Amino acid sequence: MHVKMVDRARLLRAGIVAALVLALTGCGISIPSDPQGTLDRATGEELRIGLAIEPGLSEGGAPPTGPLVDLANEYATSIDARPEWEIGGEETLIEMLEQEQIDIAFGNFSEDSPWSDRAALSRPFTADGGGAGMIVALMPLGENALVSSFERFVDDTGRAQ
Amino acid sequence: MSGARNGLARGLPDEQAGALRKAVRWQIFTVCYTAITITAVAFVLGNSQAMKTAWIEDMLSLLPQLSFFVALIFIHRRPTPKLPYGQHRAMSVGHLVAGVALLAVGGSLAAEAIIGLVKTEHPTIGTVNLFGNTIWLGWLMVLVMAIIVIGPVFLYGPAKAKLAPVLHNKLLYADADMAKADWQTNVASIVGVLGVGIGWWWLDGAAAVFISLGIMRDGFRNTRAAVSDLMDQRARTFDNSKRHPLADDIHRYLAGLTWVKEAGIRMRDEGQVFHIEVFIVPRADSLTAERADEITRALHDLDWKVQDVVVAVTTALPDHLDLPHSLGASS
Repeated sequence: MHVKMVDRARLLRAGIVAALVLALTGCGISIPSDPQGTLDRATGEELRIGLAIEPGLSEGGAPPTGPLVDLANEYATSIDARPEWEIGGEETLIEMLEQEQIDIAFGNFSEDSPWSDRAALSRPFTADGGGAGMIVALMPLGENALVSSFERFVDDTGRAQ
Repeated sequence: MSGARNGLARGLPDEQAGALRKAVRWQIFTVCYTAITITAVAFVLGNSQAMKTAWIEDMLSLLPQLSFFVALIFIHRRPTPKLPYGQHRAMSVGHLVAGVALLAVGGSLAAEAIIGLVKTEHPTIGTVNLFGNTIWLGWLMVLVMAIIVIGPVFLYGPAKAKLAPVLHNKLLYADADMAKADWQTNVASIVGVLGVGIGWWWLDGAAAVFISLGIMRDGFRNTRAAVSDLMDQRARTFDNSKRHPLADDIHRYLAGLTWVKEAGIRMRDEGQVFHIEVFIVPRADSLTAERADEITRALHDLDWKVQDVVVAVTTALPDHLDLPHSLGASS
């Protein structure tokens, strides 16, 4: 009996701690946040977008064009950011993400992408109304505010699954 | 003494028979409850190491229940010439298997979490689309972990903790003990996920290390308790905290026999029931087979746990016997 009461008291204490954490979030900390502050830095400034050229989805140029580019532009606009393009192959884009040289990468990445342990995968979405199937965007690992912001964008624009 | 004559609780007194039936019902409830929580957590797992560790702990928590059910098949088998002590040890074997499994998996989860921390792997927790709303998956993780803690801490943990002493079942006790400590896992995973939420990526790995250390501690305690019984340590209470008081009752009875000059016992736990060897130094010319038989009968009447009694007559007591408390036997 005694043991059980102690357990409950501890549970209560843990609940208070959890409530405190929640209260703290009211004081300027937003959940989820980016450990590296990517979304904060890009908002109102520039969003560094990596782009892999894929026929039908994206074409090189200055600026690049294609449905994937339109989607990226639209997302940048939704967070008041200017798009800054970096064109490269998939491997190059992954490395740039890891070295924090770009904030988000687009290409013909699928949900089963082999890069999933080196980059955060967004939920699947369609760039051109479904013609090319579902793809994902890649972002730096653990930048959860950015990932959530992008996923909310694809939800709100009806592109998500 | 009345007792159950058939089925699960065969041969047990009424109180123990009732407790065993309740224990089986609670074990079935636990398995169903845990199956639901494993499924619920699977849906919100994400990339959180703390959640993954808590999830695997949930699966491991089924081991004691499965061992319990498997052991139930064996413990009622009667002794045979080939297995002359019966098969009560099945409960200890199940206990040992569960303990070793906890230790091994806990260790591998701790290593995984520490490697993740060293490599500064930032856990990614994105969103889900729930009925048209975009919700951060972390909130769902917190919600699920907060809800599923109810079962082990408030329902089946305390219930089994009450039944374990009645049945003198160490496996059930260890199981209840783990269930009651389950809130630590849930709180840790919630703290880890909220840590990731506010940008402290390392809190997830730290929570995972904490949870896996808890699994390892459970494994160590279970393994140690099971091994001690399998090594025929002298019988202890269901929670292993002290020498079993039944030993003193037996000494009191033996001290009351005028024809016995000196007596000592060896009492071991076969898992739920005890096997007792009584060593007697009789006064001159006072020993008869009937008197020795009377000891066996009397011990059986002392406690339902007394399963097998052997009376040995000697001219001098061998060393290392359990002697009456006043003669220096301690816990």
